Amino acid sequence: MTKHKIASLPFAVWMLIFTILPLGMVIWFAFTDSKGTFTFDNILKIADFSETFLISILLGALATLICLVMAYPVAFIISRTGERVQQTLVMLTMMPMWMNFLLRTYAWMSILEDKGFINQFLGLLGMEPIHMINTRFAVVVGMVYNFLPFMIIPLYSVMVKIDKSIIEAAEDLGSNGFQVFRRILLPLSAPGIVTGITMVFVPAVSTFVISKLLGGGKEWLIGDFIENYFIGTAKDYNIGSALSLVLMVLILLCMAVTGLVDRDEEKGGIGG
Amino acid sequence: MKVLSKVYTALIFFFLYAPIGVLILFSFNDSKSRVTWHGFTLKWYEELFNNDQLMDALIVTLSVAALTAVFATIIGTVSAVGIHSLGKRMKRVFLTVNNIPMVNPEIVTAVSLLLIFVFVSEATGWFEMGFLTLLLSHITFSIPYVILQVSPKLRQMNAHMYEAALDLGCSPVRAFFKVVLPEIMPGILTGALMAFTLSLDDFVISLFTSGSSAQPLSVVIYSMTRHRVSPEVNALSTILFVTVFVLLLVVNIAQMRDDAKKKAAR
Amino acid sequence: MKKILLAGMCAVMAAVTLASCSGGNKNDIWDWESEPKAEGRGVTLNVYNWGEYISDGSEGSLDVNAAFTHITGIDVNYKMFDTNESMYALISAGAADYDVIIPSDYMIGKMANEGLLAELNFDNIPNFKYIDPQFRNMSYDPENKYTVPYLWGTVCIFYNKTMVDEADLDQGWDLLWNEKYSGNILMFDNQRDAFAIALKKLGYSMNTTNKAELDEAAAELKKQKPLLQGYVMDQIYDKMGNDEAALGPYYAGDASIMATENENIGFLIPEEGTNKFVDAMCIPKSSEHKAEAEEYINFMCRTEIALANADFVCYATPHTEAKKLLDPEISENPIYYPSNEVLDKAELFIAYPDEINKYMDSLWMDLKK
Repeated sequence: MTKHKIASLPFAVWMLIFTILPLGMVIWFAFTDSKGTFTFDNILKIADFSETFLISILLGALATLICLVMAYPVAFIISRTGERVQQTLVMLTMMPMWMNFLLRTYAWMSILEDKGFINQFLGLLGMEPIHMINTRFAVVVGMVYNFLPFMIIPLYSVMVKIDKSIIEAAEDLGSNGFQVFRRILLPLSAPGIVTGITMVFVPAVSTFVISKLLGGGKEWLIGDFIENYFIGTAKDYNIGSALSLVLMVLILLCMAVTGLVDRDEEKGGIGG
Repeated sequence: MKVLSKVYTALIFFFLYAPIGVLILFSFNDSKSRVTWHGFTLKWYEELFNNDQLMDALIVTLSVAALTAVFATIIGTVSAVGIHSLGKRMKRVFLTVNNIPMVNPEIVTAVSLLLIFVFVSEATGWFEMGFLTLLLSHITFSIPYVILQVSPKLRQMNAHMYEAALDLGCSPVRAFFKVVLPEIMPGILTGALMAFTLSLDDFVISLFTSGSSAQPLSVVIYSMTRHRVSPEVNALSTILFVTVFVLLLVVNIAQMRDDAKKKAAR
Repeated sequence: MKKILLAGMCAVMAAVTLASCSGGNKNDIWDWESEPKAEGRGVTLNVYNWGEYISDGSEGSLDVNAAFTHITGIDVNYKMFDTNESMYALISAGAADYDVIIPSDYMIGKMANEGLLAELNFDNIPNFKYIDPQFRNMSYDPENKYTVPYLWGTVCIFYNKTMVDEADLDQGWDLLWNEKYSGNILMFDNQRDAFAIALKKLGYSMNTTNKAELDEAAAELKKQKPLLQGYVMDQIYDKMGNDEAALGPYYAGDASIMATENENIGFLIPEEGTNKFVDAMCIPKSSEHKAEAEEYINFMCRTEIALANADFVCYATPHTEAKKLLDPEISENPIYYPSNEVLDKAELFIAYPDEINKYMDSLWMDLKK
């Protein structure tokens, strides 16, 4: 098949033009001013955004953790059902993606508001209303909701490969539920956890809109600032690029620090 | 335990579908309110078809998704074949590059594409931000997913079959179409479906690269969330959602029947 | 003194029950379909307007663009924008060939200065005679060469009568800083509008280029932030309509939408003065169908059409005849058509120089951290 090496050329050219060069542009803009001269000013200005970065990362990490806790059992349950039921449940997990993401986030507004559906329901039960909308809590709910499928699917695709007999063998040998989880399930599903965390954490940290719609626009996340610098009122590609660059590096660092970067890991099958 | 896991699964799916239920329900609401029910109506569905802005956006969305699926699948498949034939080291480099658009935050990819498009269009004047830039961006973020679907199929394929075809006098191109393509077809189809879905669902990259002349649905809806989301949008999304839902359900049921038949035949 | 008091009372007591616009069947206004249908002229006009800013045939209203095509034989390709800035970006880049655009005052001034607008031939727009002289020769177009006003309005405070004390209503813009309503106040999520309010509250011009004054305004906004439920734009309809928030500023023309949704909503225009805006029809210099575009503008100034638009959009019309035909509950309502005292104190936005824009950007983003 070596004769087909030439077939990798279009890919190389495409990726060069549309992935490598554009990233080069981001770096170039991050280190120049509006006249194109080299400067560190943009990067230095990022210090003003340190709190925003911190909040974005913390909220993103919290959302990721909640997703993991919520998704893990459900992924396991799905992986233990019959083949056709599995297929249906996986399909159902991915289906919400077909409803526009903004509309779904908007629907959460109606659900979480002071006079929204949850509080209407609590009212019926005679309970005091809970204030949820326009808080960090609401923003995290929005993140968890939007990215939960990205956690379920990779977990599921790893777990489905775990042989039932291994678990049964362990149980026969007297392991309790927790031991089975600790000794067998957790190590075997680790690659899925890594992929899931990547797939939730990255979009959660860099999200915009969710913070505006569910957070009341009082506390912008880093994605909101990037948006504002590129297509909002404050057009400044240089600072915007610097923010993007730092965001990218920080995310890579976060992944590296937790020792979770696994390059060969394939992303779980979206839509598949 | 069984019951518990069923309840838990049901709860998770309730969480996933409750907002969608709210959206669908309020597409029938006889008011623009998104919280208070004012009675049943179909008027948003009627008005939807007179809303040129939404209809134009729908056409942009569907045509970009279809074209993305076609181009990304072709480029992705050819690339996968090419990468498959490379040595170990080069393969690693290529796959790392392939991972960039998937691991990078979407907003950074979006920003980087915006920069290159603005730069080239200002330098050359060849194009404006619009349908073309939108399509190029969608193809770019879809290719890696196609490659990821096709590559494993190539690995699983028996390489000797291709060589045997050559020995028997097939030209390489003919051998590719006759022997390789049928083998990797399932991967190609999944890849195409994935490209279509990703393109359809995309918002972040579209927002940065579409300009104002060709706005897909997600971008139009975003401009509405800054204003007021009209229930017509809910109606349109409901139609799209239900169509896909029913389609997938039918496919699923057909497969189940197929299985049952096969079982009976055995 | 008595007069001033009266004016103040007027402003405050505008909390009258509001009739809503757009009731009844619009074909009552003009049954254009029974007019003779013109031959197609093979010309298509590209019209660029704000979203939901024309009577478009929905909910039984008069379809203005369809009527125009029927009467004149000119086709219309109608597109919408959502900010002056996005419209400006498109026109100034020369990316699109629009024939009629409807920007707001300050943007018109900017575009005229940059030579982006064509001078109108008013011989082709005889219906200009209906335009109230008060809305001619505005500061953004002092010789009235480029524009024909379309609709106008002011910014007012919307409040929920069950949640806001009547005694507090004379506080003017300070009402939006009242700690009593902490957590129930909404604010513009739009820097120019938000700063305008803070500047007015401080007694400065909303067009100030004095950075110290802008800094003060920013400090006021910072003080206000903890009291806010959120920064919103059109979401205010749902939030106010559903008793979700007690008060917030918005464009007066939208009062009708709120009134239909929640009868407890009142309106007031603070005495310190407010922002007045005029959206006007212009023709970009790049238009290739200037005569037809003027025909369109003239058509928009027909009494029936101006009436249909004013009735549908519910912003105030500068068209004298159309105003007379409006439901008096609308045309005599001080929210939709404020008194001259109120209007005299109101300011039009003027386009900021880039430097001030940038400065405001940074103050605004600082607020959002």
